[in-house]
Amino acid sequence: MRATFFSTLESIYKDNSEMFVLTADLGYKLFDCIKSECGDRFYDVGVAEANMIGVAAGLSLSGKKVYCYSIVPFLVMRAFEQIRIDVAYHNLNVRLVGVGGGFTYGFEGITHFGLEDFALMRSLPNMTVVAPADPFEARCLARASYEMEGPIYIRLGRTGEPCIHDKEPDFKIGRAAVLKEGRRVAVFAIGNMVYTALQVAGMLQKRGIGPTVINMHTLKPLDEEIITQAASTHSAIFSLEEHNVNGGLGSALSEVLAENGYAGLFRRIGIHEGPRDFIGSADFIREKYGLTPECIYNKIMKEIR
Amino acid sequence: MEISVNTKSVIEEHMLLSGRVRRSVLEIINRTGSPHIGSSFSIVEILVALYFGNLKVSPDDTHNPDRDRFILSKGHACATLYAVLAERGFLSKNDLEGFAVNGGTLEQHPNRDLMCGIEVSTGSLGHGLSIGAGMALAGKVDGKGYKVYVLMGDGELNEGSVWESIMFAGHHGLSNLVALVDCNRIQALGCTKDIMDLEPLNDKWKSFGWEVRDIDGHDFGQIFSTLGSLSQEKPNVIILHTVKGKGVSFMEDKLLWHYRAPDDDEYKRAIKELI
Repeated sequence: MRATFFSTLESIYKDNSEMFVLTADLGYKLFDCIKSECGDRFYDVGVAEANMIGVAAGLSLSGKKVYCYSIVPFLVMRAFEQIRIDVAYHNLNVRLVGVGGGFTYGFEGITHFGLEDFALMRSLPNMTVVAPADPFEARCLARASYEMEGPIYIRLGRTGEPCIHDKEPDFKIGRAAVLKEGRRVAVFAIGNMVYTALQVAGMLQKRGIGPTVINMHTLKPLDEEIITQAASTHSAIFSLEEHNVNGGLGSALSEVLAENGYAGLFRRIGIHEGPRDFIGSADFIREKYGLTPECIYNKIMKEIR
Repeated sequence: MEISVNTKSVIEEHMLLSGRVRRSVLEIINRTGSPHIGSSFSIVEILVALYFGNLKVSPDDTHNPDRDRFILSKGHACATLYAVLAERGFLSKNDLEGFAVNGGTLEQHPNRDLMCGIEVSTGSLGHGLSIGAGMALAGKVDGKGYKVYVLMGDGELNEGSVWESIMFAGHHGLSNLVALVDCNRIQALGCTKDIMDLEPLNDKWKSFGWEVRDIDGHDFGQIFSTLGSLSQEKPNVIILHTVKGKGVSFMEDKLLWHYRAPDDDEYKRAIKELI
């Protein structure tokens, strides 16, 4: 997904002299093409995220469109105040591209996990927040992010994500997509969890429960219409995200559902706080937190029984 | 505005302007009970020198892409910025009356408003130099001739982000970037040398690849000759030795005036010293 996103950006970079790319010393070999194309618009600012965001703001205030790259927690958390003031409040054309949402970095541990980024970024004024579900969406998003005005946070996976599409979808920032129409149960998922949601849907289907699956790739601005529509036609709604259940997609959905008087069942599936006494690969950790298709299937079956 | 530097009449004119600016700052701070008069008084001369000297900006052409940029990174001293912008025609008297009042125009830290000549919203310390470095980099890449001036406090240099940007500008040789450090030697809870000693400050900047100048921040002769002879190869820093509360004897060098606004009696005593 990351490679697709940046290879799409390469051609945009070639043709647009106002595009700049900054990295805080991460992305091995990722920028080779961009560097060789036009080196005076690409900068490795060193291991200094706060300065990267400030420099991006200064460039943007001078008419540039600036992509900033790092691993999710270093990009979002280390430089959060620069993002809040310099980028968000000034409403600038800065694109924050974080790689490795959720448990992507598995064995590398908690310092490298991205579990609170949605909560932080969706609280900021002017900020758009998007997590594509697969490489096709990442490609669409690379182009759409260049065209849009204002700041955007993009949460990417790293590599090897399965595709949910077989060609480029009709992708629009801010408009969720119904991937599977069902009844009674609706599952809203974001990012890598969209593929998992489709797997869960297949398992539910075998039990005669054909759920609706909605790809909420854009967390902000939230497609409230699709949520209220689903609320009016489904008696059970689940949110699914590789993120702390506090503050992310589940929270965003619950706000809309509560304010619209939803009386059905609603459950957030994601990371619940608790002691972590294990290490492992991303998939191993997902299993421990109940984020595999089997675990989610069991949870949904238990809830709707 | 082009001026010939160091002539006696020019310096006298700027000193008179500085008096007017201080009176204006005193007036809006007294009227609103706002803090930071000491920090505002220590930067009067450098702002007057820039806005009535070296800075290529105009209230009639506020969005000109070739304009020089000024960032008040120590945003808490904005009363002086507002007073100078008013003298220079970017703000009206009416705008100044809206300082720190409900439903007014100007907050106690500046908000970006290019029509008013305010380039960047500041107030949290340690942001301005990175933003200035980004503007300077854009100017270099675009082959533009503008300069970017960023004014920081000495206490502000405690912020780690400042040193990230110092490293960045030094590494990339951003010679169109001018850092100005208001060294009034007092920060929020005491003397800088007691809280976080910055010395040897010159050597620190030099070792990061900057051209360093060290001057009296209240002396127009020194300010103009320094601004007129900046390095064309390296980023420049001018360390301005200043006095917190400069211009009013009972405020000078006193931490109290980081917080306290003069009451009416103090206002009367202060204004006598500023005429």
